Amino acid sequence: MANKSESKKQKAESLHPSFFKATLAIIQKDLSAEFRSFELISAMLVFSLLVIIIFNFALELDIKVRQSVTSGVLWTTFAFAGTLGLNRSMSVEKDRGCMDGLLLAPVDRSVIYFGKAISNLIFMLIVEGIVLPVYSVLYNVNLFRFDLLGVILLGSIGYAAVGTLLSTMSAQTRTREVLLPILLFPVAMPVLLASVKASNGLLAGAEFAEVLTPINLLIVYDVIFIAIAFMVFDFVVEE
Amino acid sequence: MQPRPLALKILDFASVIVLGVATYLALVFAPTEAVMGQVQRVFYFHIGTAWVGLLGFILAAAAGIAYLVTKDMRWDRFEVAAVEVSTVFFFITIVLGSIWARPAWNTWWTWDPRLTTAAITELIYIAYFMLRQGIDDPEKRARFGAVYTLLGGVSAPITFMVIRLFRSIHPIVIGAANGTQEKMNMTSDMRVAFFFGLFAFTIIFIDMMWHRIRLGALEEKVEQLKLTVSM
Repeated sequence: MANKSESKKQKAESLHPSFFKATLAIIQKDLSAEFRSFELISAMLVFSLLVIIIFNFALELDIKVRQSVTSGVLWTTFAFAGTLGLNRSMSVEKDRGCMDGLLLAPVDRSVIYFGKAISNLIFMLIVEGIVLPVYSVLYNVNLFRFDLLGVILLGSIGYAAVGTLLSTMSAQTRTREVLLPILLFPVAMPVLLASVKASNGLLAGAEFAEVLTPINLLIVYDVIFIAIAFMVFDFVVEE
Repeated sequence: MQPRPLALKILDFASVIVLGVATYLALVFAPTEAVMGQVQRVFYFHIGTAWVGLLGFILAAAAGIAYLVTKDMRWDRFEVAAVEVSTVFFFITIVLGSIWARPAWNTWWTWDPRLTTAAITELIYIAYFMLRQGIDDPEKRARFGAVYTLLGGVSAPITFMVIRLFRSIHPIVIGAANGTQEKMNMTSDMRVAFFFGLFAFTIIFIDMMWHRIRLGALEEKVEQLKLTVSM
């Protein structure tokens, strides 16, 4: 008897998984699909390296210039590579009809948002995790500092949070891929500017307290936009 | 189509009058500013258009929220009208500001927080139109538009705060762009022109909003008619 009710309970749980579990499932789905093909990460990575090479010649990154532009180059690279990844991760859902499947799942819609946003964030972080050491080696600057990595994490969170919401919207328009950067860049401007400001300060050897203001603004932005995206995501996927 | 209601006709008439009076006050009535000279007169219209521009963006964000809550298409028409009218006014603000900046700062443009934020805000709302253009389903268009005005309305003030960090070393530019300095030194005649400018542009803004909302209703009718014909 007890066994029966237990299995019933299990069944109910598997039909209505908890918020956390469902989010995890979506992340797992994205990651395992990606680790089988590597099409997204490899595209973002190669693109990032190409952008850095272009910057190398466009700005003539000698030692003097490098000091002042490193954070700008890095963030521009991350932003561009980020749009590439965001576009791809959403259009895959759309093209293969996965989105409809996800929407049919008996879970809260915001689960889909958080799942997609976190897997987008993970992709961004993986690419950044490869670009940073490469940049460090190529230009002989040490980018592996906890404070700098913290800024990059905060910036990526904000970027992925807004980017996921906007890419869900742009994937449903006629112009699709073209539209995402146009929608995303002006709205994500505070993230990019505050991140550049904070990383620039840190790379120039400023104390942590000196860059606290942009970091605080980054945190404020992250919190506000995750909250907004959480509230409005329902309206974006509604059919 | 229904004829223009009487109130709108009166408002049309009033708009023309107040625009004329505001022009007179700004160009003739207000005394010439001692330091900046004639070019300072641009300021009366600059503030007026900036005020209605920002007002429209705030109204659009509010209408966006109202649409998402009620799903009433009238809010969507209101939102489009507000964004469209405000984008134009805001563009005029930027152009007038540049005209003033050329002799005052010796450059058409600087990357001062206000200027930069204004440019980014304008770009947000241009992106808004591109977003709407890419969607055929009116209901979806309204939903996405509402979400985007909301995001834009929240992001613009944070952009301003962030950019201010970059320019904290140039207090003079910020002070001059501030406007409060001039306001404090305004003579009473200048103040008349200034406040009448605000009033005049508010009237013109309401008038244009009204027309644009009516146009929006017509557009919707046309879209529906097209659908019935194609069926």
